[in-house]
Amino acid sequence: MIAILKRELRAYFWSPIGYIFVGFFLLLAGFFFALSNLLYGYSNFIAVFGNMNVVLLILVPILTMRLLSEERKTKTDQILLTSPVSITGVIVGKYLAALSVLLIALLITGIYPIILSLFCKPPVGEILGAYIGFFLMGASFISMGLFVSSLTESQVTAAVASFGTLLLLWIIDWVVPSIQNATIAKAVEWFSILKRFQDFTMGILSLEHVVFYISFTVVFIFLTIRVLEKRRWS
Amino acid sequence: MIEIQGLSKRYGNHVAVDNISFTVNKGEILGFLGPNGAGKSTTMNIITGYISSTEGTVKIDGYDILEQPAEAKKRIGYLPEHPPLYMDMTVREYLNFVYEIKKAEQNRKAHLDEIMDLVKIGDVQNRLIKNLSKGYQQRVGLAQALVGSPEVLILDEPTVGLDPKQIIEIRNVITDLGKDHTIILSSHILPEVSAICERVIIINKGRIVAIDTPENLSKVLMNESRLLVRVAGPENQVLKILKEIDGIKYVDSQGEKEPDTIDYIIEAESNVDIRKPLFYALSNHQYPIMMMKSMNLSLEEIFLQLTTDRPSSVEIYPQNGQTETTDAVPKAADEAPEIPETAESTEVAEEALLENETTDNVSEEEQEGQEE
Repeated sequence: MIAILKRELRAYFWSPIGYIFVGFFLLLAGFFFALSNLLYGYSNFIAVFGNMNVVLLILVPILTMRLLSEERKTKTDQILLTSPVSITGVIVGKYLAALSVLLIALLITGIYPIILSLFCKPPVGEILGAYIGFFLMGASFISMGLFVSSLTESQVTAAVASFGTLLLLWIIDWVVPSIQNATIAKAVEWFSILKRFQDFTMGILSLEHVVFYISFTVVFIFLTIRVLEKRRWS
Repeated sequence: MIEIQGLSKRYGNHVAVDNISFTVNKGEILGFLGPNGAGKSTTMNIITGYISSTEGTVKIDGYDILEQPAEAKKRIGYLPEHPPLYMDMTVREYLNFVYEIKKAEQNRKAHLDEIMDLVKIGDVQNRLIKNLSKGYQQRVGLAQALVGSPEVLILDEPTVGLDPKQIIEIRNVITDLGKDHTIILSSHILPEVSAICERVIIINKGRIVAIDTPENLSKVLMNESRLLVRVAGPENQVLKILKEIDGIKYVDSQGEKEPDTIDYIIEAESNVDIRKPLFYALSNHQYPIMMMKSMNLSLEEIFLQLTTDRPSSVEIYPQNGQTETTDAVPKAADEAPEIPETAESTEVAEEALLENETTDNVSEEEQEGQEE
């Protein structure tokens, strides 16, 4: 698993994908930071996260698209699946590699709150909460992207399908007001990734939301493993 | 070392592998032969645990590939049909990665250096795999299979896409490896199988149609003797004479290949030498024999006979199976030192090599041999 994690991480930064992800993530974070905090002298850093989640929605499919689809296309999955590493080890290794890239990008944005702290006293708790929430949200996006990548051989298909699925999860609570049945409405709302994230930005570190994101991630990693197992048996 | 019991693989209604059972002993090189789509790669993928079988078991050194996959897979080195290479890595990085995922325990540097030396890729170790030629990539694929010194090697068409010189080199490497490894090797190229392998499995439509040594497989169908004869004279007359000779089972006219002559394929009853009676009968009627060739079945023809539904058709022989009796012996003697693997194999295997001159690989190999 460690070997796979290492290889994937290196692959991200040998190819342009890692740089594109981290670069655009930082560029846009810097753009929003400059726009809302620096130019207007506004001290609320959390507003930046409000914009960055859309950026994440677009960038995560780029990060995850090749994880499994490329292996299948170039048949390199043969060496992984015939090695003594278990399928779970392979998938988790790949997942952690993508997650590390997100973590790297996120850690670099840590300088923005530090810059802010030179001018004012930013609410440390809320900012930390927002970071945790953003990271967990990214973690569940990546698990979704990884799952979609396991379904196809084409990177483009994987990217487009991941983006579509994530977008749907994103806007799913838009339909909630028009659902008559209260139970269904509640069930649909439960899946809304955005609503949960908003709680984090308000400084609420709710165990329920943390458990939601983590179980969302675990379910999709599990489903990815099942897809690969299933392919061996079919 | 490798035990395969009742192995089947079905995709819906399509049966890719149908109830295959065989065992490979320690230190044996087994050849896996069959036309495209016969189930060779599927079988190899099942043995290595890449896909699962619908029915049946595979045991590597006593470990079931499905029940104790980690133990079984540690003992296998697999070179699939398309070498599983990460194009964005250098050769050394790639082998390092393989070393890690295979959980090898040897001294890393010494072990990888030894492997690179063996398959001769030391000089490209710091180049990106995507920039290597097909032949080098194939060798990196082979190197990958050797990492961790597995006892069992499964090689799916290891020489495909290589130039003749590389084919010879890789075959030598495989023959060397065969001394302390158990190897299953698949191939389209029959001379290759007969040159390297101690035992051959011919597989067709997912079923095993024959398991035997290359020599025995040839013997099965070789007790019939066939002659290709070119006679100058009117066809109906000659046919009449031929049919009167004792011991001739069957005559088939091949038409005019040279002006004013007709070619015939004559099959004699087993253990009857009809060459003398044939000569006298034709000379009595003043029809000169312009050419006489004996035709033995090569492994290729056995392969065709076993894997095609129709009974062996005569058209096959003049193209693929000609051996000039007079030439065969000195030729074999000439060729033998130039193709080192044949030194170990039997005469029949050598003949099979020579008989298949029309096969590209062999003719290229011969040229290559002469260059050397």
